[in-house]
Amino acid sequence: MALTEQTRAEALSLVERYPEPRSALLPMLHLVQSQEGAVTSAGIAMCADMLGLSAAEVAGVVTFYTMYKRHKVGRYHVGVCTNTLCAVLGGDAIWSALSARLGVGHDEVSADGAVSLERIECQAACSHAPVMTANWELLDDMDVARALEVVERLQAGDEVVSTRGPRIGTFQEIERSLAGFDDGLAGQGPAADSRMTAGLTYAREHQMSAPPAPERSPFDAAAPDTADDADQHETTGA
Amino acid sequence: MALTPVLTAHWDEADSFTLAGYRRHGGYDMVEKVLSAPPDDLITVVKDSGLRGRGGAGFPTGLKWSFVPQGDGKAHYIVINADESEPGACKDIPLMLANPHALVEGCVLAAHAIRASHAFIYIRGEVVHAVRRVRAAVAEAYAAGFVGQNILGTGIGVEIVVHAGAGAYICGEETALLDSLEGRRGQPRLKPPFPAVAGLYACPTVVNNVETIANIPTIARNGAAWLRTMGTEKSPGFKLFSVSGHVERPGVYEAALGTTMRELLEYAGGVRSGHELKFWIPGGSSVPMLMPEHLDIPMTYEDMQGAGTMLGTATAMVFDETTSVVKAISRWMHFYKHESCGKCTPCREGTFWLEQMLERFERGHADLDDIAKVDEICRQMFGRNFCALGDAAATPYAPALKHFRDEFVAGTHTAADDLFDPVAATIFAAAAVGSGGAS
Ligand SMILES: Cc1cc2nc3c(=O)[nH]c(=O)nc-3n(C[C@H](O)[C@H](O)[C@H](O)COP(=O)(O)O)c2cc1C
Ligand code: SF4
Ligand code: FES
Repeated sequence: MALTEQTRAEALSLVERYPEPRSALLPMLHLVQSQEGAVTSAGIAMCADMLGLSAAEVAGVVTFYTMYKRHKVGRYHVGVCTNTLCAVLGGDAIWSALSARLGVGHDEVSADGAVSLERIECQAACSHAPVMTANWELLDDMDVARALEVVERLQAGDEVVSTRGPRIGTFQEIERSLAGFDDGLAGQGPAADSRMTAGLTYAREHQMSAPPAPERSPFDAAAPDTADDADQHETTGA
Repeated sequence: MALTPVLTAHWDEADSFTLAGYRRHGGYDMVEKVLSAPPDDLITVVKDSGLRGRGGAGFPTGLKWSFVPQGDGKAHYIVINADESEPGACKDIPLMLANPHALVEGCVLAAHAIRASHAFIYIRGEVVHAVRRVRAAVAEAYAAGFVGQNILGTGIGVEIVVHAGAGAYICGEETALLDSLEGRRGQPRLKPPFPAVAGLYACPTVVNNVETIANIPTIARNGAAWLRTMGTEKSPGFKLFSVSGHVERPGVYEAALGTTMRELLEYAGGVRSGHELKFWIPGGSSVPMLMPEHLDIPMTYEDMQGAGTMLGTATAMVFDETTSVVKAISRWMHFYKHESCGKCTPCREGTFWLEQMLERFERGHADLDDIAKVDEICRQMFGRNFCALGDAAATPYAPALKHFRDEFVAGTHTAADDLFDPVAATIFAAAAVGSGGAS
């Protein structure tokens, strides 16, 4: 794919979401990645041109953020959390196994171009450690065998579903979502999984709850009791 | 103290993240009421409630809001810090996945209080599904008329923009976040001026954590006195705690502030069976570790400070006796080195050297006088950094050394992996040991 007139139009629609145009730069760079698979020089030039910045200014932003890739990643970009908690609970073992299986190291792409690997930092999912990601979708509670299976399936083009989200799309599809374009997948995956409801479950089983809510809110006093009634409210407001 | 599900109360309902699921339990009921009242009314309620920021520092929220100048003729902004990247922290992402509407309603109410017409929700880019859920929630709220222009006929307008970051822990620091949101490298700004005076686009801006803002609808509904029936005088209310690591049931536990780690461990099924607690961290890697003897200290801002640590994000990490402390600290040091933005010398250079020196300990290659040298570097760094990341990097070593000096001494001759079999520490240890015999 390449940057087209439509890409420019979409980039412009991002600019319009913000009070000041430059705020759209990070989303625009995600959009560039969704088109080009990486932040290319052409992408940098497009952003610079649209925002009235120099290419060097845009490049300076690109290099600051780890999610912007100057070289193409795999169709599935796989992250293994090797921050302390995940590393200790099994992330290091998972990393070694995947790296050996694919024959690639950190930020490298498998020979078939299907999978790239990255050692990622804490993914805000420590209660689900060890944690992996594929194109930034969560793969929780992993072990070596499951990690290998995930990567094999991704390489083969078979379906892999995030433990807390949708079927994993391609890197370029996910980058489009990050740029700010809805992909209609928000409803996929559970509302919450058993780890997220661990406290709620325990509280239910042991009859624990927050104190009961008072009948009236501090904001009921200010408004008449009939505030729910739209007509009445309009008269009060006027 | 006890578990007090409020924000998590309906997470076991399949549609808890939708408008319908949120409305079923009174969601958005406060929008019309609060927006019909003078903005200061909400600031007063929040001040009286004693709510403290949930992003780690615990700054009183109502007070922060009251710093925003009024009638200054400038645009005001509210920015939600949803960058959750502190190692160990895993509460904001679950909240955004399961209950994004509490955040959206909170944004509308808070924007009214500080007279902001725009709210930005800055979500770390690495968790795309959280971005989707929040974006969908905002779209639903727009369609229902709870967000946008002239909300429910009140004449008040609030626009909400959902913004995905691009991978940088430092963007959780509030001024770095603002630079990032302005389309720049995410490097911290000099304070003062504080964001309340000159924040986004040099306009008065409030930056609040996701959980802080998600508290607002409930506080508006139930009032300050109700919130204060939980927690302590200085730490009122409920909190999303999480327990991770070597425990039977890791997860999110919403409890009154002042709950002890012993209680949380009990809810989480205790340290994994057959093992014992070695050390624990109350609120993210940036706060000093605690020991088994600290399990009965109430988890409040003031009590944790009294114990020489901090409540931080209240996301506890639990490690059992199979864990190498040297490896744990070494890995965190790698993280800080990786995430240092490079703006100031103590942090940029300090983390560069600390990472390498800790790695020497991990490999068993350190010299005995390195033990004191690392301590000295940390002392030299602490308090001399441009932002709190550098101080955080200088924090974990000293308490680790205090409690586990032997392990650092061992780091002068024995590798951490030889001292502590890494396989034993994994949660799939039993299975791995089985297959390990075959290889
Ligand atoms: C390096 C660093 C990272 C931070 N990361 C976060 C974060 O991810 N989320 C957050 O809410 N606060 C984070 N903070 C704290 C913020 O600077 C700020 O205090 C907070 O967002 C204020 O919100 P609150 O008052 O509601 O807690 C971080 C601070 C530092 C120094
Ligand atoms: S302390 Fe570190 S992260 Fe903070 S400004 Fe200095 S170099 Fe950047
Ligand atoms: S340490 Fe891996 S998700 Fe937090």
